[in-house]
Amino acid sequence: MTGAMLYEAWHAMGANRLRSFLTMLGMMIGVAAVIMMLAVGQGAQFMVDQSIASMGSNLFIILSGSSTSGGVRLGSGATPTLTTGDGEAIAELSTIAAVAPVAPGTAQLVYASNNWSTAVLGTTPRYLDVRDWPISAGYAFTDSDVRAGTRVALLGVTVVRNLFGDDNPVGRTIRIKQSPFLVIGVLQAKGQSLTGQDQDDAVFVPVTTAQRKLFGSQFPGSVRFIMAQAISAQAMPAAEREMTQLLRQRHHLPERADNDFDIRNLTALANAQAETTRVMSIMLGAIASVSLLVGGIGIMNIMLVSVTERTREIGIRIAIGARERDILTQFLLEAIIISVIGCVVGVILGVGAAVLANVLAKVAVVITGASVMLAFLVAAAVGIFFGFYPANKAARLKPIDALRYQ
Amino acid sequence: MASDAVVRTEHLYKQYDTEAGPVPVLYDVNLEIRPGEFVAIMGPSGSGKSTFMNILGCLDLPTSGGYILDGSDVSTLDKDQLARLRNKVIGFVFQGYNLLPRANLVENVALPLVYAGVARAERTHRAEELLAKVGLTTHSRYAPNQISGGQQQRVAIARALINTPRLILADEPTGNLDTKTSIEIMKVFVELNQHDGITVVLVTHEPDIATFAKRLVRFVDGCVTHDGNVSRELMEEEKP
Repeated sequence: MTGAMLYEAWHAMGANRLRSFLTMLGMMIGVAAVIMMLAVGQGAQFMVDQSIASMGSNLFIILSGSSTSGGVRLGSGATPTLTTGDGEAIAELSTIAAVAPVAPGTAQLVYASNNWSTAVLGTTPRYLDVRDWPISAGYAFTDSDVRAGTRVALLGVTVVRNLFGDDNPVGRTIRIKQSPFLVIGVLQAKGQSLTGQDQDDAVFVPVTTAQRKLFGSQFPGSVRFIMAQAISAQAMPAAEREMTQLLRQRHHLPERADNDFDIRNLTALANAQAETTRVMSIMLGAIASVSLLVGGIGIMNIMLVSVTERTREIGIRIAIGARERDILTQFLLEAIIISVIGCVVGVILGVGAAVLANVLAKVAVVITGASVMLAFLVAAAVGIFFGFYPANKAARLKPIDALRYQ
Repeated sequence: MASDAVVRTEHLYKQYDTEAGPVPVLYDVNLEIRPGEFVAIMGPSGSGKSTFMNILGCLDLPTSGGYILDGSDVSTLDKDQLARLRNKVIGFVFQGYNLLPRANLVENVALPLVYAGVARAERTHRAEELLAKVGLTTHSRYAPNQISGGQQQRVAIARALINTPRLILADEPTGNLDTKTSIEIMKVFVELNQHDGITVVLVTHEPDIATFAKRLVRFVDGCVTHDGNVSRELMEEEKP
C-alpha cells in the first residue's frame, strides 16, 4: 500500500517536473543556508572557545596602576606598584587557587647564526598552572630556580621554530640580551589569543632572573602584572573584593585614594565575547531559518494548486473506495518527498558551500552531525507541516463536488 | 425476504440547501432492487435521477429516510465504512469515463485494489484478466488518451468489476458514445448481468439504451412515476 502510494506520489511529481524542481529549490536554498550559517556560526564559536580554553579558567589579571606626572597620565602598568610580595600575599587568600607574578619585557634571542626578537616573561612555575599550559618536551623550572635566579628558559613553539628549525632545543644554550640561558623545556602550542596574538611567540624565565639579570629596575622585586586564578567561577566576585582590600592595605592607600592597581576579570571578558559569538551564531541560524520557512510556504502553495488541479482525480479516487486517510497520505507523501529531496540536495549544497568558504575565504567552519540532523529534521517537519493543510483539504473534499469539478 | 435486496430505499428525501432556501430534489422514494436485476432509470433533467444514483453510490447522503445497501443501513456507517462499500460492493461507470490520465490502463483498472490493500503483483494480474474480459488484451500499457472513447469506457467497466462488486452503477455510460459503440457497451452490461449475475442500475436519456434493461424506473420532479416493465413504458413514450 505504502509502496503504491510512494510510486503514485513520485509519478505525480514527474508529471510536473519544472514545478516540482522549483518547489524543491526553495527547500534546497533554505536547508543549504541553515547548514552554511550554522557552520560559520559554530566555526566562530569554536575559535572563541579555543581561545578561552587557551587562556585558562577563572582568571584575573592585576595590573600595576597608572601614574600622572606633570599632567601627563601614563597608562596602566606604568608605575611599578606591584611586587612579587603582593603576589605571595594574594596566594594566601582562600578564594585564590594559584598566583603568578609576571615581569615581561622584549629581548633579542640568539642561537648559533639565528636571532629572534620576542617577549620574555619572568614568572613562577605557577604561571603554567594558571594558564593551563603543559610542557611538551623537557621540564619546567622550579621554585628553587626562582629563589636562586638561575638562567634557565622555557620556549614557546614559535620561538623554537625560528631559532632551532627542526632541531631539539632542550639542553642547548641560547643568549638572551647577551646572557647565556639553558633551554630546559618547550611548551605545547597554544595558538592565537582572543585578540589574535601568537601566544607561542614567548620565552619564560624565572621571575627573579628577569628582574635581576634581564630587565633591571630601580624598584627591586616589582612586576608589571600578576595573574591570579580563583578557586571557582562562583568565587570570582569574592576573590576580586578580597584582592582589592588586601592590595590597598599592603600599599597603605588612604581611605579616599584611588587604587594604584587595576584588577581585570579576564574570564568575564572572554565569556562576554563567547556570548556575543553565540548570539551571532543564533542570529545567523534564525535568518537562515526564514528561508527554510519561505521554502515551506512554497511547498504549501504548490500543493494547494496541485489539489485544486486534481480535484477531479480526487473525486474518482473517492468514488472507487479511497478513504480520507488514503487521500491525505497521498498528498502528504508528495509534500514530504519534495521536502526530503530538497533537503538532501540542500545538505550537500550547504556542506559544499561551507567547505568552499573554508578553502577560499579561510572562514572557520564547523559542520557537526547535529547541525545536519537539525536542518534535516526541521525541513522534514516543514514539509509535513505545510503539506498537511493542502492534503487535509484534499481528503475532506465532498465526493460529488470533486467528481463534478471541471 | 426484504433483507436479500441489494438496494432498498425507504421514504428517501433529499434536498439541497441553496441561498434561496432548501430545494427538494427527491421526494419519498421507495425502491427495492433485487439481486440480478437490470434497472434503467430515466427521467428529464432535474428530475433527481442523478442525485438518486449518487445516494445509491454512497457519494451523497439522503436528507432523511433509509437506504439499505447490501444489508447494511448506510446512515449508520462512518466515512471509512462508506469508502469500503464504494470499494468492494459498488462498481461505478461514469459518462465521462473518469480514468486517471497519467496512469496506464492496467494501473487504472487496478486502482481500487490499491485501496483494498492488494499486493502489486496480484493487482496487475487481476487487472490484465479484466482487461482481457472487456476485450482490450493488447492495450494494457497504453495511456487512456491513446484509445477510443468506447475502449476507455470498457476500461472503466473493467475497473468497476475489479473487486467483484454486487452492484454496478452506470451514470449515462453511453452518453459520449456513438450508437454502434453504445450498443457494444450495453452488450457488455447485459453479459455481466446475465452471465455473472451482477445487479446493474443504469441512468440514461435514450430509450434505445433503456431497452437493454429488464425494469424501468422513471423519475419526474423527484418522484417515481413509473416502476415496471421496460417495453410497455417505452412504447407509451413513443406516442405523441
